[in-house]
Amino acid sequence: MPGNALGVVGKGVFLLQPTPRNSAPEERMHPRPTAAAAATPEQLAAIDAAIARLQSLPGACLPILHAIQAALGFVPAEATARIAAALNLSRADVHGVLTYYHDFRSAPPGRHVLKVCRAEACQAVGSDALAAHVAARHGAAVGATSADGALTVEAIYCLGNCALGPSVQLDGRLCGRVDAARLDALLAAAKGADA
Amino acid sequence: MYSNKVLDLGTPAPRSTSTVTVHIDGKPIDVPAGTSVMRAAMEAGVKIPKLCATDSLDAFGSCRLCLVEVDGRKGTPASCTTPCEPGMKVKTQSEQLRKLRRGVMELYISDHPLDCLTCPANGNCELQDMAGAVGLREVRYGYEGENHLVGQKDTSNPYFTFDATKCIVCSRCVRACDEIQGTFALTVQGRGFDSKITAGPTDFLSSECVSCGACVQACPTATLMEKSIADAGQPDRAVTTTCAYCGVGCSFRAELQGNEVVRMVPDKDGKANHGHSCVKGRFAWGYATHPDRVKAPMIRDRISDPWREVSWEEAFAFAANKVKGIQQRYGAGAVGGITSSRCTNEETYLVQKLVRGGFGNNNVDTCARVCHSPTGYGLKSTLGESAGTQDFDSVEHTDCIIVIGANPTDGHPVFGSRMKQRLREGCGLIVIDPRRIDLVKTPHVRADHHLQLRPGTNVAVMNSLAHVIVTEGLEAKGYIAERCEQDAYDKWKAFISDQKNSPETLEEHTGVPAAEIRAAARLFAKAPNGAIYYGLGVTEHAQGSTGVMTIANLAMLTGNIGRPGVGVNPLRGQNNVQGSCDMGSFPHELPGYRHVGDPSVRALFEAEWGVKIQPEPGLRIPNMFDAAIDGSFKALYVQGEDIAQSDPDTQHVQKALESLECLIVQDIFLNETAKYAHVIFPGSSFLEKDGTFTNAERRISMVRKVMPPLAGLADWEVTVRFAEALGFPMHYRHPREIMAEIARLTPTFTGVSYEKLDRLGSIQWPCNDAAPDGTPYMHEKEFVRGKGRFFLTEFLPTPERTSKRFPLLLTTGRILSQYNVGAQTRRTGNKIWHDADVLDIHPVDAEARGIRHGDHVSLQSRKGDTTLRAVVSDRMQPGVVYTTFHHPESGANVVTTDNSDWATNCPEYKVTAVQVTRVAVDKSDWQRRFDEFAQQQEQLAERAQEVKK
Repeated sequence: MPGNALGVVGKGVFLLQPTPRNSAPEERMHPRPTAAAAATPEQLAAIDAAIARLQSLPGACLPILHAIQAALGFVPAEATARIAAALNLSRADVHGVLTYYHDFRSAPPGRHVLKVCRAEACQAVGSDALAAHVAARHGAAVGATSADGALTVEAIYCLGNCALGPSVQLDGRLCGRVDAARLDALLAAAKGADA
Repeated sequence: MYSNKVLDLGTPAPRSTSTVTVHIDGKPIDVPAGTSVMRAAMEAGVKIPKLCATDSLDAFGSCRLCLVEVDGRKGTPASCTTPCEPGMKVKTQSEQLRKLRRGVMELYISDHPLDCLTCPANGNCELQDMAGAVGLREVRYGYEGENHLVGQKDTSNPYFTFDATKCIVCSRCVRACDEIQGTFALTVQGRGFDSKITAGPTDFLSSECVSCGACVQACPTATLMEKSIADAGQPDRAVTTTCAYCGVGCSFRAELQGNEVVRMVPDKDGKANHGHSCVKGRFAWGYATHPDRVKAPMIRDRISDPWREVSWEEAFAFAANKVKGIQQRYGAGAVGGITSSRCTNEETYLVQKLVRGGFGNNNVDTCARVCHSPTGYGLKSTLGESAGTQDFDSVEHTDCIIVIGANPTDGHPVFGSRMKQRLREGCGLIVIDPRRIDLVKTPHVRADHHLQLRPGTNVAVMNSLAHVIVTEGLEAKGYIAERCEQDAYDKWKAFISDQKNSPETLEEHTGVPAAEIRAAARLFAKAPNGAIYYGLGVTEHAQGSTGVMTIANLAMLTGNIGRPGVGVNPLRGQNNVQGSCDMGSFPHELPGYRHVGDPSVRALFEAEWGVKIQPEPGLRIPNMFDAAIDGSFKALYVQGEDIAQSDPDTQHVQKALESLECLIVQDIFLNETAKYAHVIFPGSSFLEKDGTFTNAERRISMVRKVMPPLAGLADWEVTVRFAEALGFPMHYRHPREIMAEIARLTPTFTGVSYEKLDRLGSIQWPCNDAAPDGTPYMHEKEFVRGKGRFFLTEFLPTPERTSKRFPLLLTTGRILSQYNVGAQTRRTGNKIWHDADVLDIHPVDAEARGIRHGDHVSLQSRKGDTTLRAVVSDRMQPGVVYTTFHHPESGANVVTTDNSDWATNCPEYKVTAVQVTRVAVDKSDWQRRFDEFAQQQEQLAERAQEVKK
């Protein structure tokens, strides 16, 4: 019953963070409500711009979500209601789409995003060890961002590069035959470019 | 979930006339083409295990429990998604199927808390039943794997809880919210093993959920569970009855433990609601046993005296003596009565009978005076009968809908959902309303045209629509020639074609762009089936009756009366407004809308009642108030209506009530009117009596007693005993005898009886020899009056105009969670959604006045002022503000004026010139006086309790 009684207006809105697939079961079962940081005016403008540009497409919800994530690196909580209003969908409709795809983030990622393939072929050639190495060495477990904000690590399921596993994708670039040393080099190069 | 004692056929009935024969486990059965194998089997008495299927929702095919084998086909198709084909031979049980089903159940149960004995759904759980049906004996996977067994219940909704640990993600709730209710508030969050039902990104209360209960009813487990069932346990019996809220008249199963209601569930067989409900009927029934209920008669000589609780005998004698004394001193016409649109047909009939026979005058009126009296007048004049032309099902055949002055998703939510279903199928929609009501734009529904007119200009907009249709040659020429009075039509055509009725000319008044009107007119005229739905936004105007006539004119002009999918459809406000009007509650009409001036009609009633009936019409409600103030009207018997809150110009009403020597109030609560009363007869809620209600589609439905009246007498018994005390005995042992009398005396009711109502479930009048099972849609071959008559409907701007002092227009209405004066809903959990009336104001008007969201604002008119909180909302148009009248202390009607409809005196609630200013104080002088008086009256009522002790 939105918007009728004052009592409901301005009530805190909590976003349930979609949890990464491979997190511990108890973590997956207890998505803690996290008070989402309010989007900045620039972020809201980016959301509105994406909506304005794409809303006339048939099935515009996904293209808009992609455009927002491309612009901001994540989809702020405020996007849900704005997309819903523009496309005449319910907020729940948009929430369902948004959470269905693991690719959409609800919080800003680190400066670099590393996707480690966790599908069977890569697992068979050591992607688990690779993930453990990243967590130990670079401070970001799969599904988390390092404390210095430099790196977010995500799981991905098959990059279509099975013959050359283990595979990762760093900032959108596919790399095969990745071992710990190669990964450290890749990350060092990427982080080095930041400076 | 729905009671598992009621058969669930699994999938909905298809709309098909041809049949196919299939064999289910060797049993041949004929079913309509398109019927699912599951439904065919259930109809044949063969139960197929199922979880994700229920007969209120389209088949989904996700649970894989309803698998069957079909001769000559490979595999084991899901019976819910497999349509019957001629000659199909289906096997529902085999060793293979048993293994498959057990396997499926094993997976479900491996991730389900095994707390059946302490679960609120125990005894009424489909998962439990299915585990039994498939013979589950062990879960080979154990219970230690990843699961969903830990989690917090969402208890935010006042009426039900959501416990994801018990969820099997069958999506029945999501689909019920989408398909039936049309709110789309639920979704599946995440995917795969992470899939979880949520109300979007928030909890239920903060979500888009409107608490209709469809999801709770659809849930096969205890995931979505009524708090009342969690508290009380499962019901042991059920009684079918009719909701006492709005004019949709939903049929409900009152589920009981002994005499205590534990749940109200919409009845799947209910012809008005087909198993759907809204937050009021489904959940907001707790007022019936609220501690505020009046449980004993009370009397006092002056309204400043404390109340005295007395026996029924003493109360009747006291009231009768007062009335007789007043009549001796001031004349027979100094007393009158008001019937209640919330009471049953039988009860309203008795009150008008008591007034005409016991008081000996025609001073009887009903709250329809202030809502739909123009409907009665307007439709009787044009079509010949004072009622809507269709049934609700008709909307399924409509191609273009006009909604004018109605807000179905708030005011008539169950029908609103039906309408939205049709709109999602592609039906056109034209909304004529000063506010952007939900229907204009709501998930998956968008109006083709929103004619956002200025309040008070309905007639201008409707005339301009008709002008476009006539001048562009889009009228239904053949229909008009065959079915309507030619002379009247020719005159009307000349009138409407005049340039003064063009959208371009009227734009200045209506504020609606002419091009938008032209486009809307063409859309409506060209639709094969066009239907008009309207509400109090049409009737509660100085030109209310004219507005109703413009609607009838437009429907005749486009040939849209007399078949399914079309028609003129007044959405009635209260549960029994149609019925109270039918039952002769008007000062000029006996039951069946027959004028008291007609000697032959009077003779009929005089013979039955054994009294003389006055030939002159009596006083209308506003006349009663005026006469009370001028001293010629001294006593009033009010059955279940709160005139002190609901009627316009509150201070005038208060003055009138204070002038009475004897005010007799019959109500379930000490309402605002009761504070001015000398006698209180405790009323009975709809759960405490037998009778009938008649809804907006003329449907007469049974109200059945599920518990004894709290004060000992049902309302009909109170009127009977009061009449006796007045020396006008009535001899009824049961309401069925009252209905028998109504049927004897009323041509449109001659075929109605309780026996037939029990048999058919409900009946739409006229029900007589010509239509023994009732009449779903009227005026089929010809109009009730013979030929339909076009009336000239000149637009006259209301005298209520904005000025420098009062530059804004106030319009009033209601919202979903509260009902009318709120006496019922304010005493339920619905408070959480609307605990105070607020003033909606457009951002432009707010900014000009320095008003921010949540500020206290003073709302002033020439009649009075009150203070509310502001809600800044772009639902409004600039220059128009809006409030509701659900809370007495808000004083919305302190502001409304004495303007009224020219024909019926229906008040012009919808247009009041006002000013709005930001104020520091939270109460106006009137509100402070109101508080003081309310407090004083509460103390006087409390002292009645003390005297008794």
